[in-house]
Amino acid sequence: MSSYYESEDLKKFGDIGQHAKKLADDFFRYYGEVTGTDGALSKREKALIALAVSHAMKCPYCIDAYTTQCLETGSNPEQMMEAVHVAAVMQAGITLVHSVQMQNHLRKMVL
Amino acid sequence: MSAVLQLKVVQEKSKYDFDAVVRRRGIELPPLAIDTLQVNITKLCNQVCRHCHVDASPSRTEKMSPEGIAQCLAILERHPQIAKLDITGGAPELHPEFDAFVERAVALGRHVMVRHNLTVQLDGNPQTKEAKEYLPQFFAKNRVEVVSSLPYYQEFFTDAQRGSGVFKKSMEAMKRLNDVGYGVEGSGLMLNLVYNPVGPYLPAPQAGLEADYKRELKAKFGLTFNSLYTITNMPINRFRLHLDKTGQYEGYMEKLLAAFNPAAAAGVMCRTLISVGHDGRIYDCDFNQMLEMDAIDRAGRPLTIFDFALERALARSIRFDAHCLGCTAGAGSSCGGATAA
Repeated sequence: MSSYYESEDLKKFGDIGQHAKKLADDFFRYYGEVTGTDGALSKREKALIALAVSHAMKCPYCIDAYTTQCLETGSNPEQMMEAVHVAAVMQAGITLVHSVQMQNHLRKMVL
Repeated sequence: MSAVLQLKVVQEKSKYDFDAVVRRRGIELPPLAIDTLQVNITKLCNQVCRHCHVDASPSRTEKMSPEGIAQCLAILERHPQIAKLDITGGAPELHPEFDAFVERAVALGRHVMVRHNLTVQLDGNPQTKEAKEYLPQFFAKNRVEVVSSLPYYQEFFTDAQRGSGVFKKSMEAMKRLNDVGYGVEGSGLMLNLVYNPVGPYLPAPQAGLEADYKRELKAKFGLTFNSLYTITNMPINRFRLHLDKTGQYEGYMEKLLAAFNPAAAAGVMCRTLISVGHDGRIYDCDFNQMLEMDAIDRAGRPLTIFDFALERALARSIRFDAHCLGCTAGAGSSCGGATAA
């Protein structure tokens, strides 16, 4: 029985170029430019953002990759956990702020 | 059984063959000079670090003989171009002749560096119980350059790699060094720290990490130091065992191979130093020493301190193997930290 999300599959990321090479090349160039360079944000800050997004999007490949990237750019476990908490509170906040919509509609529904 | 083992070695060599990697790129790495004599005088250590390539521990007994120490000093005396003596171990301060070795090398006008693990100041000798609290004053009196491992500016990573309680002791030992002027601006007493990743990943950029260490150690502990050296973990001995046990060896080697940097290769430390083992055998570096890859001359004879000839050593071919990919990955790695921007 095979399973989804084999860690070895992360090495096959480049294979997304099969059947759509130009689009993959364009993506990887863009990806490398955004995440692999110091810009207005440092590579360390970008890695922490990517780690938070990895959790929010629940991508095991990205969590492994950006845990390593955070370590290799000098972050420590406290900073990494705080980044995950940012993702967590954003998701909770997004859920909760939708209750405003619920309350708006509730007001219409209640005499 | 032996055929199986042989096959495994051949496969590994072909996959992570450092010589082939540099040959493909047309890179040649002959020795340039010998400006540093690095001497591993004992494998005895008060600590048992999880990544230690020496496999040093409180139970090790290997140490350099008085004749060996005398021979190292004679080599320094005969060759003024070997400007630096880099004393390492184990915890080199636990060697019974350590103090005399330092004093005599200083008297010869050599720049002496000691790989000092900090905690030995407080732990003392685990076998004889001899106290080592005098070390900061001794180092300062002899104006020794102190190079100390501190894998992170926080307790979690440091204790994970070097043992429970090491971080707190290291902070106390750094304070005692600062108190006699080490790492203090204007004193001329150099205290440099060494960062190692605590697992199978590459070090963060040296300059950024140094700034973090300086800010955090000053803010939280009031401590200062001069420079931070980032060093990559070599896939040998204790760290190799960890990689094998956790199934991460292949992944780590692939990472090192993928990060091969020709600029880092040009700056590898084995081009400007030789490493001496406790028994007087000479190696291209401390890692080759631990793998017992003797430095050999053009006639294939191993080099030793007992028949040392500078020209013969300079004419040798440096011996490389898979572990050398650790020194050439990313920003490079050496006993003096990163070797390429």
